[in-house]
Amino acid sequence: MDTLLNNLDLFVGGFKTTLFLFVVSAFFALIIGSVVGAMRVSPVPVMRAVGTVYVNLIRNTPLTLLMFFFAFGYPKLDLGNVSYPTLAIFGLSIYTATYVAEVVRSGFNTVPKGQAEAARAIGLPFSQTMSLVIMPQAFRAVIPPMMSVFIALLKNTTIAAGFSVAEAGAIRANLSERGEPALVVLLWVALFFVILVALLSLLQRYLENRWRVLR
Amino acid sequence: MRKRMSLLGAAAVIAIALTGCSGANPGGDSGSSGGSGDGSGSNAPYEVASSVDLEGSPTYDAMKKRGNVIIGVKEDQPGLGYMDAATGKRTGFDVEIAKWIAASLGFGEDKIEFKAIPSANRESAIVNGDIDYYVGTYSITDKRKQQVDFAGPYFVTGQGLLVKKDNTDITSEKDLAGKKVCSATGSTPIQNIKENFPDTKTVEFDTYSQCVEALKDGQVDAVTTDAAILIGYAAQEPDALKVVGEPFTVEKYGVGLPKGDDALRKFINDLFTNGGDTWQAIYDETLGQSGTKVEQPKVEAY
Amino acid sequence: MSDTLYDVPGPRAKARNRVLGIITILVVAAILAFIIYRFAESGQFSAAKWQIFTFPLVWQNVGIATLATLGAFALAGLLSLVLGLILSVGRMSEHKWVSIPVTLFIELFRAIPVLILMMIMYYGLPPLGVDFVTPFVAVVTGLTLYNGSVLAEVFRSGVESLPTGQKEAAYAIGLRKSGVMALILYPQAIRAMMPVIISQLVVVLKDTALGFIVTFHELLYLAKFYGSQFTYDAPIIPTTLVFGTIYIILCLILSGVAKWVEVRSRRGPGSAISAEVARTRIVAADGSAA
Repeated sequence: MDTLLNNLDLFVGGFKTTLFLFVVSAFFALIIGSVVGAMRVSPVPVMRAVGTVYVNLIRNTPLTLLMFFFAFGYPKLDLGNVSYPTLAIFGLSIYTATYVAEVVRSGFNTVPKGQAEAARAIGLPFSQTMSLVIMPQAFRAVIPPMMSVFIALLKNTTIAAGFSVAEAGAIRANLSERGEPALVVLLWVALFFVILVALLSLLQRYLENRWRVLR
Repeated sequence: MRKRMSLLGAAAVIAIALTGCSGANPGGDSGSSGGSGDGSGSNAPYEVASSVDLEGSPTYDAMKKRGNVIIGVKEDQPGLGYMDAATGKRTGFDVEIAKWIAASLGFGEDKIEFKAIPSANRESAIVNGDIDYYVGTYSITDKRKQQVDFAGPYFVTGQGLLVKKDNTDITSEKDLAGKKVCSATGSTPIQNIKENFPDTKTVEFDTYSQCVEALKDGQVDAVTTDAAILIGYAAQEPDALKVVGEPFTVEKYGVGLPKGDDALRKFINDLFTNGGDTWQAIYDETLGQSGTKVEQPKVEAY
Repeated sequence: MSDTLYDVPGPRAKARNRVLGIITILVVAAILAFIIYRFAESGQFSAAKWQIFTFPLVWQNVGIATLATLGAFALAGLLSLVLGLILSVGRMSEHKWVSIPVTLFIELFRAIPVLILMMIMYYGLPPLGVDFVTPFVAVVTGLTLYNGSVLAEVFRSGVESLPTGQKEAAYAIGLRKSGVMALILYPQAIRAMMPVIISQLVVVLKDTALGFIVTFHELLYLAKFYGSQFTYDAPIIPTTLVFGTIYIILCLILSGVAKWVEVRSRRGPGSAISAEVARTRIVAADGSAA
């Protein structure tokens, strides 16, 4: 307990940064991912191809390598100074977006065929088929896996610790010099992650029950 | 003549093959000693001891049993502990000191396995027994003494600042307020900055090379660590980098040893105390090339 | 199924799609061109930046690092599967004193970031006198605990998605519980879940890259090392490109296996459940660690 209380500044600061990375990356991942997910089901073949290539390329690259590229490679391109947390957000967003895209795509796929066919049969164009019939149903199916993606994102923020972002994963390195036992520090960090993940899971369950589609 | 050329060729092939073997050791260590050209036999200022009088050292017993010695070093500090990534050759003052200790324990260069350990993991590596001892700009501090033991010091330096050549804002540590300063994660200098210069923003990486890259890219304003290390970098790229101000701390480099191995600690301390000429020769060959004159510090046995 | 979202395009839709297609191509081309232009402008294609890849020792080390990555992956993958099987059996146990602790175990290790697990192993345990923790051990243990817990849930949802008739019929012909599990339920569940299992293995492969933070000498560690060699002009971007390609190839091979297995299992005699149904529940569920 002393380890926690004596170094509260570092713990609070670390988890603040973690939550900041999480919220901002989730926001951008949601936007990029929705666009890419929509591209993957669009009637335009080129868009589908671009979406597929993006998802397959990034999903098969370790997030660590992406962050590595942004933290060390990006500054070499003379595109202006960007702080390390921002560079980590680039990496996290672009990576998580591929998972969001897949969730969005499979969300469309969970809507029974008949729904789209019926919508088209009553003469709705693609845009209205999507916005009035498919999207509202897909949205509900998407909630649980989307929350899982966000839980994974929360845990993935720890990787930024390797790239000069002082978030929760970096607390140990800072405290090792203060002479604190590494195990105690890490167990506290782990405990806070368990609590955060539990909160997100509760939210997931709540939303799932609230918007359950009965078929 | 022609025959000789082909012989040389064959020798080169064998050398490459040998490098391959040592590179493929089980630890997957990307940077084992490699088949560097200079044997420690002829031109090294020390000789491999044939009989070693060292009793009651568990570390030494383990080395003897294993038949080789595993030394933790840095590999990104030119002049101190450096490895040429493409040729695998290790150079520098710390590396030579490490080899000297190994030689006095009866291990020639072919019996040394080097392991690169970043600053933040040095205690873990020693406590875990990943390495037998550590020689790599390792400052002796009381906090570290709680986990490991130190022989030495074998070198004394102090914290300095490295900036871009065209930087005129920063001339000493007093100009650091509001600036971004980079150093190795968990190192003494970064702790010093955090405690004594609270207005300074800090950036931390595993290795100083990454800090120097960040400095050149304009991501940070200065790199801080021991002046000896910074001089090594500035010497590599005198057109881009410079060291400013006077050292504002005192850092004593020691050899990191497993806690409680007093026999080995005394052995290395005696080696330093009695080997003044060897120390000087090593210094002149490595850091001394920069033109800076330094005296060997007195061993502080405890 | 996405093809039922819209009609077969008529002449106007075709024209519109063509315009949209061209716009997409232009936008993507512009982005790529800009990246390549920046690369070229900042000298990323200069010979000096790529010189490091002309040394045989470098490629030799790349080979060794690839083996280290694959070694950690193979062992962690195997152990995760074993742990996952054991945990899933425990989780579905009818004895509360088994199922509750196992459930807690699974939930706990799914919630802790893999990197923190590795750090606990590598930095946390040695001061307590645990002396077998090498970086390799830390990486493999961290990956196994996390992915084993995730796979346990995959196996469980595979089993639970089977029609109850399967289980009832198995009991009816006189099998014991162990027989029902081993002979009837698990083989079907594993087959149905194969694509998910393999994509989880892809996650294991990618997550070995976390090892560089606990000084495991794998591909990314080497990439960082070579990328910061200033004697070779600090070739960060060339190394990222080279090592990124290696990772993508390795992962694509694994994903290719997953596709192949999926196609093959679809061809086979009809499974009791639609794999699609079971899988949509856990699509992307925990697969998205590094």
